[in-house]
Amino acid sequence: MMAGDHVETRTLVSRAQLASGRGRVLYWVVLVTVILVFTAVFIGPLYWMVTGALKSGQEIAQAPPTLFPRDPRPRNYSDAWERLNLAKLLFNTFYYAIGAVLFQLVLDTAAAYALSKLRPALGNVILGLMLSTLMIPAMVLIIPQYVTVIDLPIVHVSLLDSPFAIWLPTVANAFNIFLLKRFFDSIPEDLLAAAIVDGASPLRTLWSIILPISRPILGVVSIFAVTAVWKDFLWPKLVMPSPETRTVSVGIYAFSGGTPMNVVVAAAVIAAIPTIVVFLVFQRNIMSGLTTGSLKG
Amino acid sequence: MAIVTLPATENRPAGRGRSAVRRPYSVRRRRVRDNMTGYAFLSGAVLCFAVFAWYPMIRGVVMSFQRTRRGETRWVGWDNYERIVNDPGFWTAWKNTLYFSLLALVVGYAVPFVVAIVFNEFRHARGYLRALVYLPVMLPPASALFLFKYYAYDPSDAGLFNAVLKALHLPTSQWMQSTTMTMPAMVIASTWMNMGGAVLIYLAALQSIPGDLYEAAELDGAGILGRVRHVTIPQTRLILSLMAMLQVVATMQLFVEPLILANGAGTQDAALTVAYLIYQHGFFQNDLNGAAALGVIMLLVLGGFSAVYVRLFSTQDGRGR
Repeated sequence: MMAGDHVETRTLVSRAQLASGRGRVLYWVVLVTVILVFTAVFIGPLYWMVTGALKSGQEIAQAPPTLFPRDPRPRNYSDAWERLNLAKLLFNTFYYAIGAVLFQLVLDTAAAYALSKLRPALGNVILGLMLSTLMIPAMVLIIPQYVTVIDLPIVHVSLLDSPFAIWLPTVANAFNIFLLKRFFDSIPEDLLAAAIVDGASPLRTLWSIILPISRPILGVVSIFAVTAVWKDFLWPKLVMPSPETRTVSVGIYAFSGGTPMNVVVAAAVIAAIPTIVVFLVFQRNIMSGLTTGSLKG
Repeated sequence: MAIVTLPATENRPAGRGRSAVRRPYSVRRRRVRDNMTGYAFLSGAVLCFAVFAWYPMIRGVVMSFQRTRRGETRWVGWDNYERIVNDPGFWTAWKNTLYFSLLALVVGYAVPFVVAIVFNEFRHARGYLRALVYLPVMLPPASALFLFKYYAYDPSDAGLFNAVLKALHLPTSQWMQSTTMTMPAMVIASTWMNMGGAVLIYLAALQSIPGDLYEAAELDGAGILGRVRHVTIPQTRLILSLMAMLQVVATMQLFVEPLILANGAGTQDAALTVAYLIYQHGFFQNDLNGAAALGVIMLLVLGGFSAVYVRLFSTQDGRGR
């Protein structure tokens, strides 16, 4: 929301110094160098990836490498699409991501609303227990979580190959609860008091007063939920073992052994497109969410 | 009864005060009903936390003292710990993991801070540069790592990195096939993939430094480096130290990089990490209990590190004031 653009505040180097003749030249030299170097470092590999996947196996093994594919082969991409059944893999990943967003939005918003506004007895203890999970590294929990998912306590059901194995654990996200609760805390009580006097139920208050104001934070939570599912690797690899239920990252990894390099990289490019599009579209929300979420706590 | 419900009264939102005019017994009933509503809203998330976070936290410790074989579970004391510590890869894995964390700290920690300081001086192209460094963070790690594995770390001169090194007349490298370059290569890939988040967080921290502090330091005759040392670093110290801790905790869990770049343990176990050893025991050696024990060891090491770190940092901070 306010993650940048305070051009007025003085920074390390004063504006007067930058405005002087030598300062200005130096500023532009540094700026242009940084732009060129960073573009090369961060876009360069992506360019290499997209064009490399267009080369023939022979051309990719050639030294020195060619900057442009001499004989572009879009076939590598269509091969990747068909051989790895990417349509199915992308659909699976998309399905898991959307489900994760819905579960997180409904259950985490309800919980954060209860903790922020309804405040039942022992609410703070529950919040504390939720936040304590932030201290446990993910790798430490992976084994007991896996054992739990293949044989749920009490009901003894296995969630292996079921989308719930991805959806439900994502709800246990203390960072979401923290973000949402803090946002709800900033909504003045007066606004809610009026609704309560009018006889609105808590659900109605949440739906027609809180949620409309909270759109920005709900957007941030949703974007992070989608990218987290899209980027995740080990958990979907463990709980979605069948070829039909795999996510795109796991599918590419599974096929990488017996598939030509260029085809694998072509598949990797296709798998990366959705997250890049999400990033380009929601850039502002992502950056503000990242900095406001992590800093001013 | 009254004592139990008292804390809830303090927590109650101001807008609900009107129930206080009613008769006491109905107040209590209403309070119970309000609590029930609250719990109903909490129930879904609490259930998910209970099943997928709180229960596994306990289960992990319990499992590490049990052994399940052919569907039969019995208590075995410290057997799992003994077995995992005596695994030939145990010490290698810890050594490699610590080495990676250290390298990642040297490269991956200083670089984003310097980058953020430089970016913060610019009056142009800020949005572009910020988007640029954050772009790899959005890539699925599997995608980015196949790029590194096949194109960048190709040990022949056809690889991207070797081609660049050759053009600069520098010695080329075998990358993932060389035991000495395995870890640095993983650090480069991991830093490229992850540094964007740190840069954005540092940028936000830099923007909250009051301009007069730089002004004052300049009047006192401090040059640019002097101002970085006496203004920028002290002012961002809290976030700097927090990020160092988070980074160590994150790098100690290194898993996807060795799995994809080094096909697991790498040449002569040069890429074997603790997280990979957990995976190997759990899913290849059919030893979920040993894997759980290693998880507990990892938790203790990271928890111990965090505790010592926070303590050191807070006492240092206390002396500074």
